[in-house]
Formats: sequence, C-alpha cells, structure tokens
Amino acid sequence: MAADSASEPGLLPGAPGLAPGGVPAGGVTGARSLRRMTRAVTSNRKATAGAVLLLFFCLVGAFPWLIARDDPQAEIYGRSLGPSLRHLLGTTAFGQDMFAQVVWGTRPVLLIAFGAGLGTTIIATLIGVSAAYLGGFWDGALGLIIDVLLVIPAFPLLIVIGSYLHGAGTGVMIGVITLISWSYTARQLRAQALSLRSRDFLEAARVRGERSLYIIVVEIIPTMTSLLVASFLTNALYAVLFSSSLQFIGLGDPYVTSWGTMLYWAENNEAFQTGQVLWIIVPGLCIVALGAAFALLNYAFDEIGNPALRPVRSMRGKSAKRPR
Amino acid sequence: MRFVLRRLGFFVLTLWAALTLNFFLPRLMPGNPALAAIGNHRGALSPDALKVMEAQFGIGHQNIVSQYFSYVGNVFTLKFGSSLTTQPGVSIGRIVLDAIPWTLGLVGLTTVLAFLLGTGIGIVGAWRRGGRLDSVMPPVFVIMTVIPYFWLGLILILVFGVNLRWLPYIDSYDITLTPALSPSFIGNVLEHAILPAFTLLITTIGTWILTMRNTMITTLAEDYVRMARAKGLPGRRIMLDYAARNAILPNLTGFAMSLGFVVGGAIIIEEIYNYQGVGYLLLQAVNNTDYPLMQALFLLITVAVLVAILFSDVATAILDPRTRGAR
Repeated sequence: MAADSASEPGLLPGAPGLAPGGVPAGGVTGARSLRRMTRAVTSNRKATAGAVLLLFFCLVGAFPWLIARDDPQAEIYGRSLGPSLRHLLGTTAFGQDMFAQVVWGTRPVLLIAFGAGLGTTIIATLIGVSAAYLGGFWDGALGLIIDVLLVIPAFPLLIVIGSYLHGAGTGVMIGVITLISWSYTARQLRAQALSLRSRDFLEAARVRGERSLYIIVVEIIPTMTSLLVASFLTNALYAVLFSSSLQFIGLGDPYVTSWGTMLYWAENNEAFQTGQVLWIIVPGLCIVALGAAFALLNYAFDEIGNPALRPVRSMRGKSAKRPR
Repeated sequence: MRFVLRRLGFFVLTLWAALTLNFFLPRLMPGNPALAAIGNHRGALSPDALKVMEAQFGIGHQNIVSQYFSYVGNVFTLKFGSSLTTQPGVSIGRIVLDAIPWTLGLVGLTTVLAFLLGTGIGIVGAWRRGGRLDSVMPPVFVIMTVIPYFWLGLILILVFGVNLRWLPYIDSYDITLTPALSPSFIGNVLEHAILPAFTLLITTIGTWILTMRNTMITTLAEDYVRMARAKGLPGRRIMLDYAARNAILPNLTGFAMSLGFVVGGAIIIEEIYNYQGVGYLLLQAVNNTDYPLMQALFLLITVAVLVAILFSDVATAILDPRTRGAR
C-alpha cells in the first residue's frame, strides 16, 4: 500500500509547498498563526470536511457509552445475528454487539493516531532542529541517523518487531510506531531550520545572550507551525493505517476492541463465506473516514501554503476558460 | 561524480546499519524468543544451517563480537540457514528464490502500470486546470490513498469473487494445474493476478496523480511555459515537451524508489489473496514464529529499497544537473 513507508513518493512534494512559502518571515508568534489556521479551516471546503469528520470521531471516542450501551467484548447475544433495532449492525460470530464494537473501537485508534502523531512530531522537532542549530559534528551525526532510519522500510520493520512482541497493546503500538516513523519529519524540519539559521532575528537573540534551548524553543520552533501541523496530520494518518494493518494481520492485542482487530476476527471467522458482510465493511469504512479526515486537512493546508494548488473555480468568471 | 561517490558511501553505510539492526533486533526483544524457537527445532536442521543461525541469534559459547562478524560474513556469502517451521529444514535461500518471481511479476508490473497511468492522468488534469477532471480529482484521490489496501482487497474479493464469481481470489494459479509454459497455464496465472493487481493499482495510483498534478501546476506557472504560449506553440507540445518534461522529475525519482518497495510493498495483499510471493512468505514466517526466515526476508526487503534509492539518486543526478552540487 502507499502507506508502506513514510518515504513514499506522495509525501515528498508536499514539503516544498509548505516549507518556505507557507511560513512568513521570522517573528510571527504561534498564537497568530494558529488563528490564521482556524480561519483557513473554515474558509477551505476540504479543511472543513476534514475537521468535521475528525471532530465527530473525537466525540465518539471520548463518550462511547452515550452512543452504545452494550459491552463491546461481552459474548452474550445470539451469534451472527443480522442487523435489527436491538443490534444496529448485528452481532459477531462470537455473539458480541457489532455496533458497540465499532463505537468503542474508535478510542484506541484515536489514541494511537494522536499519540504517534504528537510523539513523532516532538521527536522530529527536537532532533531535526537541534541538528540544524548545533551544526558541525552534531548536524552530521544526527543527519546521518535521520537518513539511515528514513530508508529502512517502516512497515516490514513494524511487522518484525511486532512478531517478537506478541500482541502489542495500544501503548506499545504508539511507542513502536513513533520510534520508527519520526525521521521523515525530522529531515523536513532540519532543512527548514537550516534555512533560518542565518536570519537576523536569531542573530539578535544570540547577541542578547539567550541560551540555545531558549532560541530553539521560543525563536525557531514557532516559525514552523504550519510544517508541524502538516507533520502531525501525516504521521497521525500513517499511525492509523499502520496500526490497523498490524492488528489485521494479528500482531496487535486481539482482545483490544478496535477497528483493525475487528477485521482480524472477521477474516478469521470467514465472515464473507458466512454472509456477515457488515463485520468487514463497517470497520474498514471507519478507517477510511478517519484517514480521510487527516488527509483532507493535510491537503487543505498544503493548498493554503501553496496558493497555486487551490481550485480555480472562483477565477472562472473573471477570465477566459484557462486562467493564467 | 563526487555526488555519486557520496551516495555510494551512504549506501554502504545504510547497508551496514540494516545488517546491524537485523543482528541486534532478536537480541533486544524481551526473552529473545528466537532462541526458544530454534531450540525446539534443532533436530530438523543440518549442522551447517545450525552454525549459521547460532551466530545470528546468539546461541552457543562464542562471544557477541565473533558472532557479529560471522553473521556479517554469512550474509555476504548468502548463507541464511534454513527454515524452522514454514518449510522445515529447507534452506532459506531456496524458499526466498521461489517466492521472488511471483512478487516481482505481480507487484512490479502493477507498480509500473500505476506510475504510467497516474502520471498521465496527473498531466492531463493539471493541463485542463479548472476542468471537470481537475475539480473532482484532488478530493477523490486524497481519499483513495487512505483506503487500507487490505480492506479494499477484502471488498473486491466479496464483490467479484464470492458474490459475482467472476474471478478467482485464492492462490496465484489453480493448484490442480501443473506449472508449464503453456497458454492455458499462463492465462490461469494472469486471471489469478487480476484482483490483487487491481487492489494495488487503485490504492497506489492516487499518489502518482496528485504528485504529478501538483508539480505540473507549479511548472505551468514558469516563464518558459508562458514564453512557449506566447510563441503560439501547439498546446500538446507545451503540455508534454515544456511542462510535463520538467515536472516529471519528482515522479521519476519516486518511481525509482517505489521499485525498491516492490519486494516488500504488498505484504498484506499477498496474504489475503494467498499469493505465494515474498510478503505472503514473510507473514507465514511471522505466524509460524520462523524467525530465521523472517529476518532474512526483512533483510531482503531492506536491501531492495537501498539499491533502488541508490539508482534513484544516480538517475536524478543524470537527469537534473541542479542536484549534483546540492547536499
């Protein structure tokens, strides 16, 4: 799949659009660019769709008991029942309520998405920015680690590690995915920080006698907000796809209720042959919808950073068929 | 030339890193489960194979340094020991060699097809900016790239295999047939490849389309394209010779890299279609706790990626003079 490694081609071109173009010259505070981003989300249709979807899943993940009252793991109902008012999606071959499983399965996926998305972004920022800022030996060493990790195929490595761990729970999943997939972002951030290194506002901070840590955290990182947001969204998306895939092939903890695990049990019970189509369709659709939420937001931010990519609909009235 | 030498150096370094990772991974895992697995199957192994695996997984009384060096030596002489459980006692080299052609055929051809189709659609979409294709394309393909391919595979099996019964969806050929170079056998193989290939095509093509479209749009704004328009050159010529020719670079390097991911790029697709390639073998090894086979396959997948990256770097250096000085 396209998500096999963070070094897939599709991720590469997003970078130049966002990097220098989207980031205004240094000195913009984080709060201001955050406000700009909120405005951007409401004005871009793709961003709005993504944000609404994501918000929906967050609400479901936060309050599953309001929506589904059944215990998702209890094997207490009739087996393989069809959809009915009592069981909106029917029951599994073990007699569990499938709707409850889908609803309760939202939480671990979101935890993994947000955990790994934040984790990778933080590690990548620390390592990427330190490499660029410290320069010299440290830049060489850290840069090399980044590049080496970047080319080791991530998904096969996850499979190998997963096979030794025997049933990775949510926490382990976050840890392993984070450790493996921070390198691409680190490389982007390093490049961005390198381009800032000789700017005046950093020189000013140095002359003022600020410590390196202060300069990195207060002066450099806020100028990268849009890049950090893009990194979070991309890594969260990959975490969703990676963890679901691992769970599907049986390398997750099979007793955690989540969409990937549902698919694992569905396939193990040959849900197709027994006509339990919903057992496979619904969890997969949820993965697609959550993934689409992250991807749409990311693509929209890319459009915001690189105006050339925006739909040209609005310009049609003014100029001829092909606006130039 | 210096650029190529540097990339060659990086290749050697990453290769070493991959080997070292492969060597230490089993040792870092809680309880070193590989030890127990090998211990249980000691009887099925030839003395030669046992010696190779002792070095790799740390059995016996050698110290870790000499284990490391004999492991590296074994890899370079292509000695990987033998499988424990998947095909007990058969040499790993043999098993892997049998699986590689299937993966190369299925995933390799599909990757080429996805690249050609996707790039073509991207070029046309960007050229007809604001047209129907262009306005539908981005959101549709953004969503298409997030479909987990194993799930799409399951859906295709459900629709075209189980319900409509149009296409076979298990194994790479009908196992009642004996493999031969006859038209009927080849036809059978192709028939079995349609569903997995289609699954892969749908989930990968979006990336090519979007990358090509987005670079193409940036390129179309360049002065030399405007110049070509001002000169009154025919649109086709501007689209292909002026814009696409320059915009295709990121896609080309991406393509070179994706060739490296062919070997390990469709692991779960092979699994759900029971397609006897490298990915299927890897998951077999994982399910059977056949650690020696698993580690060897992981190394193979990594090396394939490294080689592809080396080629892609060299190709970029040849095609795009600007990169030669950089980095």
